[in-house]
Amino acid sequence: MTAATLTAERLAYLDLMREVEEFFHAEADLLDEREYDEWLDLLTDDIVYWMPMRKNVSYRNRDRDTTAEDDIAWIHDDKETLIKRVKQIQTGVHWADEPISRISHLITNIRFVEPVSSLDDGERVTTKCRFLVYRNRLESETDLLIGRREDTLTRVDGKLKVARRKIILDQSTLQAKNLTMFF
Amino acid sequence: MTSANYSARNLVDTTEGEISREIFVNEEIYEQEKERIFTRAWLYIGHESQIKNPGDYFVSKMGEESVILTRDFAGKIHVFLNSCAHRGMRVCRYDEGNTSAFRCPYHAWTYKTDGTLIGVQDYDNAYQPPFDKSEWGLVEVAQMANYMGTIWATWDKNAPSFEEFLGEATIAFDQGLCAWDGGDGGTELLGSVQKWVVPTNWKFIAENFSGDWLHGVSHRSVDMIRLGPSGEVGRRDDFGQLVVNGFPQGHGILYSVYPNRKERTEYAMSPETSEYFQHCWERRLKNLGEDAGTCPLVGTIFPNMSFHAQQPRTLLVSHPTGANRTEMWRTYFVDKEAPAEVKQFLREYYMRYSGPAGMTEQDDMENWNYASEASRGLIARQRPYHYKAGLGVGAPHEALPGVVTEQPITSEQNPRFFYKRWADYMDLGSWDELRDAQTSRFWEKAS
Repeated sequence: MTAATLTAERLAYLDLMREVEEFFHAEADLLDEREYDEWLDLLTDDIVYWMPMRKNVSYRNRDRDTTAEDDIAWIHDDKETLIKRVKQIQTGVHWADEPISRISHLITNIRFVEPVSSLDDGERVTTKCRFLVYRNRLESETDLLIGRREDTLTRVDGKLKVARRKIILDQSTLQAKNLTMFF
Repeated sequence: MTSANYSARNLVDTTEGEISREIFVNEEIYEQEKERIFTRAWLYIGHESQIKNPGDYFVSKMGEESVILTRDFAGKIHVFLNSCAHRGMRVCRYDEGNTSAFRCPYHAWTYKTDGTLIGVQDYDNAYQPPFDKSEWGLVEVAQMANYMGTIWATWDKNAPSFEEFLGEATIAFDQGLCAWDGGDGGTELLGSVQKWVVPTNWKFIAENFSGDWLHGVSHRSVDMIRLGPSGEVGRRDDFGQLVVNGFPQGHGILYSVYPNRKERTEYAMSPETSEYFQHCWERRLKNLGEDAGTCPLVGTIFPNMSFHAQQPRTLLVSHPTGANRTEMWRTYFVDKEAPAEVKQFLREYYMRYSGPAGMTEQDDMENWNYASEASRGLIARQRPYHYKAGLGVGAPHEALPGVVTEQPITSEQNPRFFYKRWADYMDLGSWDELRDAQTSRFWEKAS
């Protein structure tokens, strides 16, 4: 790309994309460093945090390989429930994550679904990305959870927040014994 | 049937309340379980609402083996082994759906939804003389039962009827599955099945839901954070006094008895849900009278089907896939006639309680996982597990089915009944012997 084609709009897009990337990377650090209260601040109060299940379907029915929004999911939380999940870990007697697990979130393939170059307070933008969540606990227990994420981001008082998160794990029968971690 | 290489009764001492760790960790015993228990006992397959229309199918499991639950075009329900008669390929590889036939992707053998073989590649030329296709249909279970919409099956043609297999636990199962007002409105499944893998022996799970009321510390974290649907301390609303009921068929139910005159204020976080349950309670008092407050909380139908009847309401099957690996399949249910917003609130409460992301269930699985793991060592195996709580206390009860122990006495009688029956299945070859074992004043030996 030459300087001539680097329009103001393109620059604004790159600036916003870089801001989103830094937001996701900082979010991953908060989760992996267990700064859960700060992580909760990155979510809007009306967040929908949804992890549908996946099914074995035919190519013809490929639009049904993810459970619908009114179906049973792995997780379908509002902010209040996410706060409870954090508080549960903080009790120190949540045995599924006590002793604490070692977790790393890798976030990649980030893009905007629609062309966008600005995001003002109250506006929304939808992003897609891939996640790889690695968890190791006690001696040898290891999980590798990989999939796609669709996030709706908004801006509140100048700061990015997650207003909606759809987590699409690439497993049908879940190969991990629990989903104690956040995505 | 081959004979067992050991005596299960020597490993399970329900009179003393001591059970060998071998039965949870030993691969050879697990291989024997597959034959002695999972080819003989009645197993839960699914729910008729998963196959409402002709051609509908739902792929389930019996022990380790894949089976197809389907409704044929005459409306009859079948359960078939999901394996082609020709070369064994799975003939159905989708979780659920609707089809006119199951066509094998390997050599194109094709079966109707009643299991009949209707298509064989190059049948006219390759098979001279032609073979009889009616002898090469899908393998069907020996017996199937539809009980209040739940579908059960066994591979054993000599097994007793499903009703006899349930025994007196029928009452508890009826109470657990019926509409919350005790009337005829019925219940329905609430969406898709959660399936996940837990590194544990399947019996830890079955035992847990048969009525292990001593594992409260497992759930201390959710009690502290007020997971319950009223926002009070605890993970459920007040359900009354606990009672365990054990049955000679190996089933175990943990009942709760709520005082009829006490006000009920459940689900306070959702006014419409709270109002619905209060209406139900008023109708339940009218419908059931003195028995209104008596309801199963959790239960296990031997060997591996468990249910929660109150908060949340769910069905669970613990499909073994190895001595130390189990697939949990959990589905949820609600009153058919509950308003949409009530179903919606319950759906969200159920999901945050149960399943792999359920804040309550997560801690169970950690304990089952590492209890199994820490029992596998050669030294560990030499020490039996301790099942002595409430030993000798259980007795027949005038109002409740089975053998009963009531609060304030806590009891591990239900796991003892479960393992006594487990040993019967493992040691006894015939159903006559199994019948005798369950009727010879069993409760004196295990209560």
